[in-house]
Amino acid sequence: MYKLLLCWRYLRTRYIALICIVSVMLGVATMIVVNSVMAGFTAEMQARMNGMLGDLVLESRSLDGANDANARMDEIRAAVGDDIVGMSPTLVVPSLMYIDVNGHPMTKQVTLVGIDQATHDSVSQFSEFLQHPSNREQLDFQLREGGYDVYDPQAPVDGEVKAREQMKTAGWQIRRQKAHLKKQRQQYEALQRRQQQATDPAAKLDPFAQATADRGEEAEGRDFDPSIETHAGIVLGIGVAGYRGLDGTDRFFAVPGDDVRVSFPTASKPPKIASEFYTVVDIYESKMSEYDSQFVFVPLKALQESRGMIDPTTGVGRFTSIQIKLRVGVDANEVRDRLRDVFPAQLYAVSTWRDKQGALLAAVQMETAVLNVLLFLIIAVAGFGIFAIFLMIVVEKTRDIGILKSLGASGRGVMGIFLGYGVSLGIVGAGVGLALGITFVVYINEIADLLGRITGTPVFDPSVYYFHKIPTVISPFTVSWICVGAVLIAVMSSIFPAWRAARLHPVRALRYE
Amino acid sequence: MSNLQTAPWVPPTTKTEEQPTALKLHAKEHLAARDLFKSYQKGPVGIPVLQGIDMSVYEGEFLSIVGQSGCGKSTLLHLLGTLDQPDAGEVHFDGHRIDNLPSRSRDLLRNRYFGMIFQFYHLLPELTTLQNVMAPALIAESTLGYWRRRGAHKRRAMELLDLVGLADRAKHKPRELSGGEMQRAAIARALLLEPKVLLADEPTGNLDRSTGEQIMAMLRELNREQKLTIVMVTHDNWISQQADREVRLVEGRIQATK
Repeated sequence: MYKLLLCWRYLRTRYIALICIVSVMLGVATMIVVNSVMAGFTAEMQARMNGMLGDLVLESRSLDGANDANARMDEIRAAVGDDIVGMSPTLVVPSLMYIDVNGHPMTKQVTLVGIDQATHDSVSQFSEFLQHPSNREQLDFQLREGGYDVYDPQAPVDGEVKAREQMKTAGWQIRRQKAHLKKQRQQYEALQRRQQQATDPAAKLDPFAQATADRGEEAEGRDFDPSIETHAGIVLGIGVAGYRGLDGTDRFFAVPGDDVRVSFPTASKPPKIASEFYTVVDIYESKMSEYDSQFVFVPLKALQESRGMIDPTTGVGRFTSIQIKLRVGVDANEVRDRLRDVFPAQLYAVSTWRDKQGALLAAVQMETAVLNVLLFLIIAVAGFGIFAIFLMIVVEKTRDIGILKSLGASGRGVMGIFLGYGVSLGIVGAGVGLALGITFVVYINEIADLLGRITGTPVFDPSVYYFHKIPTVISPFTVSWICVGAVLIAVMSSIFPAWRAARLHPVRALRYE
Repeated sequence: MSNLQTAPWVPPTTKTEEQPTALKLHAKEHLAARDLFKSYQKGPVGIPVLQGIDMSVYEGEFLSIVGQSGCGKSTLLHLLGTLDQPDAGEVHFDGHRIDNLPSRSRDLLRNRYFGMIFQFYHLLPELTTLQNVMAPALIAESTLGYWRRRGAHKRRAMELLDLVGLADRAKHKPRELSGGEMQRAAIARALLLEPKVLLADEPTGNLDRSTGEQIMAMLRELNREQKLTIVMVTHDNWISQQADREVRLVEGRIQATK
């Protein structure tokens, strides 16, 4: 009983013990915050990766692809059909894209992906990342009249996001406007040319070019009228279509309604370069800059035709990969291994989305582990603080220990006082740290804003991260593990001082001045 | 001594047995030292403190051990009270050897059978007077047992505080008490679990004459009224003479017995 009473008294009267509590508290709070933020980032990143990639991907090892996606999908269904909820064939090809920026062609290296609109939604959250509300429901690669979101649709309602002014007029509106301007310019140029010819008859050289120029047409095709017609649709990644300025506003080189030109190798041997015009119909933003600045999507059929991948006799197209969506709770690695048995490894690669992003995921995991070790060292340092302060308290309390022993307290009982003291410090420190850490995590965005306002530089810059808020995930397992660890460290660092107190000789302790 | 470890502790009750006031000297040997040797190690040399002490304390007597500073009288008291262990020789209590008992049994002896008071009172500064008086009970009891009997303990402690005249200081911390009051609180603490022997180490050494006399009067009364065996260590001849019997210690040896 005296252990509890004295423990409590020492806790209440030794203010130096508060330092131990504060150090444990800070350590625990820091660990909780860092772990939650890291877990939040990881979860967000994984969700977005998995949103773009299917759970499993069956890839042809050849850029020319494999024949007949439906037959392959039947084989997959026969092998692991019970675990599958969706499949979709895609055609992936490295390409060069030209965007016309104020008359200057801008070249970008992109990965052109042909997707099957009908089935792609069953394997990927791709359409959720689009900018037009109707396209988010069902993408049909048709240019919309207008109504593209001016504010990032993924941003929280109360979030402060910068308007994307260029999206206001995106769609048919800007297309017609640009077509009209172009026509006017061409007519004006034709007029100038005619005036020039009137003064200088020698300029009449090329009658064909003359005829084309007179009609106000370009190489796109004789009958193509951009004000009422479009090419095949294309969806650009937001990093391909534009860039984010330093002030956080997005600026676009191409918006829905603009035409872009893409060059890619055909599937013939040897491959030739095919060039196609596409009309931007939407822009996607997965917020994974790696994807957003690399992928552009077109309809599968159109790409198959352009690359010459449709068998003229049977009409069956070729594909390079099949995205597979698994039932929730199915072990992707296990399904992957079963598929590897079915499909010959020299022709097909089967991998989970984790395999494809293995290096990045491993790096993040490694980072989390290293951070945890480092932060746990902070608590260990707090442990040394407890150790030192406890030794001090034991010395200070030497006479009291002698008194207790003279009254019949056992060495174990005296040890109990200081161990109990250590446990209480640990529990109080971990408890307060827990509360502080969780509060910090819950209000982390407000705190970041406040810090940003005080220091003048934003702590969390959305233009860098593509997230509008700092994502956090509080894992009860991690949190309890941190708290238990902190209490353990507190106990461990009080063992030696407590043992010394227990070993004190009563007579010498009583005489201690 | 096995009864010490197994005897269930009975909650303190009011004393009903009336003791005759007359002293029966040499009635029964209560506490005894047999050829005690003790030295302290100071660097490589051992400094002898006690060099063969033979003495007995009889039941119900008030014995004083008197001697110059450094003659080993406090060490002797510590050995009698099992706070320290002799280099050679034995300490007996009611016919049982106690100096070689395991530490747990010696803790129990100090808790239940010996009451101790010191020159510097040795109250715990964090606790109130009442809690200080109750400290032996707090040590004796488990948490659960204490909670069950805390009423009885508190009553007993208040009785004792009343006896030493400190009933109104129960809630005060030791630093708010005077020296005499602290010593009286220490006496109350020593008496809480109705010890067989009260060991007093210079109980008046830090008090002025009149306060010291109050304490001595209180000890004499306890000895007379409650038949409490008291062993007191002092360097003051005048204080020492108030005991029933004196043992004079000179350089670690007993010189004369009155």
